[in-house]
Amino acid sequence: MVLGLPLLGAFLLALFGARRYAAELNAGMSFSTLVAVSFLVLRVLRHGPLLALHEQFFVDSFNVFLVALTAFVGFTTALFSRPYMRIEEQRGRLNPQRLRLYHSMYQLFMAAMFLALLTNNMGLLWVAMEAATLSTVLLVSLYRTRASLEAAWKYFILCGVGIAQALFGTILLYFAAEHVLGREGMTALLWTHLNAVKGHLEPRVLGLAFVFFLVGYGTKVGLAPLHNWLPDAHAEGPTPVSAVLSGLLLNVALYAVIRCKVLVEGSIGSYLPGHMLMGFGLLSAVLGAFFLWRQRDIKRLFAYSSIEHMGIITFAFGIGGPIANFAALLHMTVHSLTKSSIFFTAGHASQTADTQQMAGIRGLVGVSPTIGWGLMLGSIAILGMPPFGVFASEFLILTTAMREHPWTTPFLLIALGVAFAAIFRKVQPMVFGESNAPPLPHSPALAPVFVHLAIVLMLGVYIPFALAEWYRAAALLIGG
Amino acid sequence: MHPSHLTAALLKLLAASLLLISFAMLSRRRTQRLITLFAWQGAVLFMSTLLVAHSAGLRELYYSAALTLLLKVIALPWILHRLIHRLGAQWDSETLVNIPTTMLVGLGLVIFAFGLAHPISRMATTITRNTIGIALAIIFLAFLMMITRRKAVTQVIGFLAMENGLFFAATSATYGMPMVIELGIALDLLVGFFILGIFFFQIREQFDSLDLSNMEALKED
Repeated sequence: MVLGLPLLGAFLLALFGARRYAAELNAGMSFSTLVAVSFLVLRVLRHGPLLALHEQFFVDSFNVFLVALTAFVGFTTALFSRPYMRIEEQRGRLNPQRLRLYHSMYQLFMAAMFLALLTNNMGLLWVAMEAATLSTVLLVSLYRTRASLEAAWKYFILCGVGIAQALFGTILLYFAAEHVLGREGMTALLWTHLNAVKGHLEPRVLGLAFVFFLVGYGTKVGLAPLHNWLPDAHAEGPTPVSAVLSGLLLNVALYAVIRCKVLVEGSIGSYLPGHMLMGFGLLSAVLGAFFLWRQRDIKRLFAYSSIEHMGIITFAFGIGGPIANFAALLHMTVHSLTKSSIFFTAGHASQTADTQQMAGIRGLVGVSPTIGWGLMLGSIAILGMPPFGVFASEFLILTTAMREHPWTTPFLLIALGVAFAAIFRKVQPMVFGESNAPPLPHSPALAPVFVHLAIVLMLGVYIPFALAEWYRAAALLIGG
Repeated sequence: MHPSHLTAALLKLLAASLLLISFAMLSRRRTQRLITLFAWQGAVLFMSTLLVAHSAGLRELYYSAALTLLLKVIALPWILHRLIHRLGAQWDSETLVNIPTTMLVGLGLVIFAFGLAHPISRMATTITRNTIGIALAIIFLAFLMMITRRKAVTQVIGFLAMENGLFFAATSATYGMPMVIELGIALDLLVGFFILGIFFFQIREQFDSLDLSNMEALKED
């Protein structure tokens, strides 16, 4: 059901995507997916983990929370993209055909992410990740400018090579599993079966497999030495695509890494995978933060901020244990909500000023108070100021790091401090000050921004009991 | 000679020729030659898969062998040839950095691959276990090729050669992945390839050539 709807949406939009009501149709399909997902969530909350279709699909507390998040942000982004894409079309950057491609690929991308999240089969997970890459390549190059083509090419080649490494990891995993589970019944790639026998899997092979998995899926997470594609793809693609790439795709890729980590850690019986995650995470956080200083383009700025935050989340998963995992899951949620809302406002901000260069964007509050305040509040939230949820999760991660690995604390603090100074210094003049830019031709749909930020605020002040339980169950499942 | 010994010996021969083709690809300048070599690599891959399928008696592997033949020996090289004709790039050749150095690096990679694959081959029960190292070496060599080349078409051929190496790894380590997965991989490969084909035209339209050294606008300053 969840998978079918976006696929149907992709098909329908491929047919009707050029008409006037395509944007509404896109939002409608996303909304019905969200409804289907809510039913799924309720079922899992009531009856516990769920296996379906010959055990090929499977839902537990870890992935159901990501599925819900994906459906929600997918829906709000579809709402946001309606006026945004109209303005782009009016300015002649897009024509109806490209718009059709955009809508249909958008739904296909959502379908691929749901498939990646829901599948129980490590091979299918790989196929779905590759499909998600392919559908977004066309989205990144939607404007067909030199810069966007270059970004898309880089994205395709880097992620293609990366994901080929992950395929080799999958082959190694299958190789190790085949010895234990046998070829019959095709169970040797099913995560639930692998998890049950992970203690018997050959540790050396799995260790090697994990390196390939980490490099492969880590490229898609945007971990530090492999992050090159990320700022380009985010800056050159249309803004709704940047929002879903940053808010959702990175999460899904990290989800794949964590699934592998659970298996490998169970097999090796040491903390090696966790330490590798910590190293990569820390490097990304610090590097991402320092690169923030040098950015002039508003979308690149927040793309680097995504690298920094994914680094922090990866680091927290690396520490492992119930508290760090809890914090990492919380941070995943608040980061994707906040970051997508920032991209929404940043997109409209650059439309208002007709440039993505931060030097050209001035006095947003004067032109449109909602855009200006949305950007300001979003930046304050992503920087981890107290009332917002990001503060809660970062605080938890920091205290756990202090207790478990004290030597990492200075690095984390430096990353957070540098990011704070860099973003704050750059956002402030964009929001306040004088401007004489004309208002936008279509009124922007900024309700999603404030809904996202309200949820983030709520998560910072008070986490509802059901949600906390849910996180706790997921955190325990990941273990470590 | 015992038939299984014969198959094993034949397989080793095929694996060795795959490796040789990989090295040949590293040293070729002409795009058209590269495509021919890629087709040959696919053909050898097809033969070795067929041989493994025959000796292990697995029906699934026959299907994947057929898939290899259709996709990698016939369809992709043919489309590539058509593409470079339409792009007028068939006589393109590129200046390579330094073929002897590239070769030496390639040799080092092969040794590294064998070292890495050693624990896996010892565990494997398939008759092809000695070839896992070769499969890994092919992947690394394709990777090297993608790094050293500056033309869009050659990078894509490198990418496809890497896929070949992965496929060979899957057959030699585990007699192939489950059929569903293999179909999924083939589909992704085909779709990705079509997207790249579209890309070629867009890139040429925007940059007037397929030389990727023009693509240097997006850099950190």
